[in-house]
Order: sequence, then C-alpha cells, then structure tokens
Amino acid sequence: MGHHPMVTMNPLNTFLILLTAFVVVFVQSASGRLLGTQLDLLPALMVYATLTTGIPTVAALALCGGLWLDSLSANPLGISVLPLAAIGFVLSLRRDLLLGEQSFAQFVLGLMASFAAPTATLLMMLTAGKNPLTGWGTWWQIAIMMLAGGIATPLFFKFFGALAKTFKYQELSSPSFRPDREIRRGRN
Amino acid sequence: MLKKKRYILLAIVAVVAFVLVNLPASTASRLRLAIGSQFLPFFGLARFSQDVAGSTADLALSKSELIRQNELLRRENEQLKAVALQANQFAQENARLSQQVGWQAKMPWRMKAAHVVLRDPANWWSTVQIDVGSQQGIEPNMPVMAIDGLVGRITAVGLTRSQVVLIGDPNCRVAAYVENEARDNGVTGDSSPLERELVELNYLGRNAVIKPGHRVLTSNMGGNYPSGIPVGVIVDARQVDYGLSTEARVKLFAKLGSLEEVWVITQWSR
Repeated sequence: MGHHPMVTMNPLNTFLILLTAFVVVFVQSASGRLLGTQLDLLPALMVYATLTTGIPTVAALALCGGLWLDSLSANPLGISVLPLAAIGFVLSLRRDLLLGEQSFAQFVLGLMASFAAPTATLLMMLTAGKNPLTGWGTWWQIAIMMLAGGIATPLFFKFFGALAKTFKYQELSSPSFRPDREIRRGRN
Repeated sequence: MLKKKRYILLAIVAVVAFVLVNLPASTASRLRLAIGSQFLPFFGLARFSQDVAGSTADLALSKSELIRQNELLRRENEQLKAVALQANQFAQENARLSQQVGWQAKMPWRMKAAHVVLRDPANWWSTVQIDVGSQQGIEPNMPVMAIDGLVGRITAVGLTRSQVVLIGDPNCRVAAYVENEARDNGVTGDSSPLERELVELNYLGRNAVIKPGHRVLTSNMGGNYPSGIPVGVIVDARQVDYGLSTEARVKLFAKLGSLEEVWVITQWSR
C-alpha cells in the first residue's frame, strides 16, 4: 500500500484538520437544512484524519470537533465526543487493511461513519434520559447524512491532498542514470 | 507500544467526555458559552454576508420598482398611523375604565429586535442562536416572537448572543388556547423531525369543539408567555387516551425554517 502525501504526523497537518473541523461546524450551523436535514460532516473528516494521521490528531479532532458541535447545539456538552472518538479508534485498528486511497473505499467508510456517529449520539442521549425529537423522519435524516458524509469523504482527501502539494516540498524524482550501470564502449 | 498509546488516548478522551456530560447544569452552560464564543468572529462574518446578499439583491431592483414599493409603503404607513391613533384612544379609554373598576393597568410589551445567526447543527433539537445577549438586557425564559407569531423562548444567555428553543422542541411547551366559543386550553407538544412547523396541541378537554381553521393563541397560564400571541391554526383534531382528551395538530404561523429577524419580549404584564 502506498502512503498518502500527508500521512506523516506534523503540527501543521493537525492544525489544518482542526481548522477545517471548526469551519465545517460553523458552516453546517449557518446553512439551512438540506431535504429537511442538517448535515454533519465531522464523521467524514474523522475518516480522513484516521487514515492519514496519527492517534493524537484523531483524539484532538474528536475532542475539539465534538465540543464545538455541542456548544452550538442543545446536545449535552461532550456527548458528540465519544462517537467520533470511537469511529477514529475502530478505524485506526484496521488502518493497514483499509484501501484508504481508493475513492470508493473512502465513500463507503464515510457512509458508515456518518451512520454510526448520529446513531450512537442518539442512543447515548436516550440512555441518558434526554428526550430528543425523533420519529420515522429521523431515518430519512440519517440516510441523507450518510449520503452527504459518503460524498464528502473523498472530497476531504482531494482537498487535503491539494493542500499538501501546495505547502510541502515536492519529492525529486531520481534519474534513471546510474554511473555503476554505465556501459562503457570502445577498447580499453 | 503503539497499541498501548492508542488505548491510553481512547481512555483519556472517554474520561474527559464522561466528565463533561456529567457536569452540573450551570457549569456546563458556562463552558458551552465559553466554547461557543470561539465562533464570535464568524457571527460577524455571517451577518456581513447576509447584508452583502441583501444589498446585492437591492442593486438588482429597477428604479421604477423601487418607486412603486416606496409608494406602497407610504400608503401602508398612513393606514397604520390611523389604526395606531384609534388604538391609542381605545387604550386611554381602557385605562380610564380599568382605573374606575380598580383593575391593574396592563403594561405594554417591550421588545428587542434580534437576528438569527445560527441554527442547531443537530437534527434532533430545534434551537437557534440570536445576536443579542445579557448586554442588551436579555434573560433566560423571555418569549421570542416573529412578525407572524410565537417562535419560542430564551434558554441560554451569553454576553452578546442567546440560544432560543423553538416551539415544537421537546424542551419548549407553551400553554395556549383555541379561539373557539369555549376557549379550550391546551399545551403545545413536539413537532415531527421533518415537519417543524406542525406541532401537537395536547390536553384539550374531551368535549372540546376543535375545527380546522381555528386560531391558537398563547394563554399566559404558567406565566411564561403574555396572553394573545398568535401561535398557529388548527389543522385537524382527534380523540386520544381512550376518548379522555383531545389532541390537535397546529400549523404554526411563524416560519421556523426561514427565520431571520425575531423580537424578544423583555417586559410585559404577567
């Protein structure tokens, strides 16, 4: 398996992912509903972070992303942290087996993460005795969130890939010429 | 080694999340406002983008259209002035009669205008953030209305922004009466996750005569909302709890999905 351009851990990488999470949370709160659904792109971003960075970045994204989301919502503060962290840690256990560079695999992972995060948050809230607004329409909303998350995941890979190309030194391609393989002609 | 580090970090995140979820309500509310205040620069940006969109739309209007709209507004203003003059005379007469009978005079509502800046990012709550806070005299539980009707009430107040829980959310119950002969009282309930502008009206009497088209207004029972704010209109009604009570569905007057400007009622006679 090849490595993604941003697979190496560095603070700039973590900062960019957290900044994206911050903007994503704000934009999804500022924008209206799509087909009666408020989209959530944090699980898709978590898939990207898990497949391309280290565990500390995953933990930071779960903590910061979850807290930012809950601070603008009526959710109990901190309830979105655990589902995000769980997605990150489960994916990181099998990271080497996942085809992280295939767009279709990214789509499927985004789909699954976008199903798991809201479902787990809802279950936790119901277990904690909260009374969220649920009904048959909730399944429709989860389906739209899944689809949006699935589409967003490969886009996150493309976006951060483009950023990495912009901000990192490009690797020099090694020339095919090698002095030890030179064919000497003529008589000696 | 890597696996051990992974489990340690997971444990730390889990512990932090568990502590946060179990914080006392007041501490959690303060922490929520502190974290949410990181978005403050973006609130200004959202407001600016709305203004730019508005002014761009204004630029697209032709001069003749503007003159026509101006003329319409001038006429409407004159009509409203006449209505206000008449209402003022009624108010004076009402105050004089109330004084003669010994009733307590009613205080007019005081309202504060606000803009909706953000909506709840979770699908299972119905709340919005507005751009006024304690600096502007906003306090928790103040009623919030739009030009069409009741919107909800304030739940959390920061320095420059507040959270409004909308009617139809499980945490917003409003005592309301139906404008029929018996003035039947009920309490608003939940909306459906997809149709936010259609809420239940529960605990109506079993003999209540509720018909589609009847208006529903706030009743001031419980003292959280002034009496007479329009809530919505009855869509249909049915008997529930084995015929012991009636439940109706109410189409809200306020367009909760496209709220932009709201008014917080800061003072009224309870």
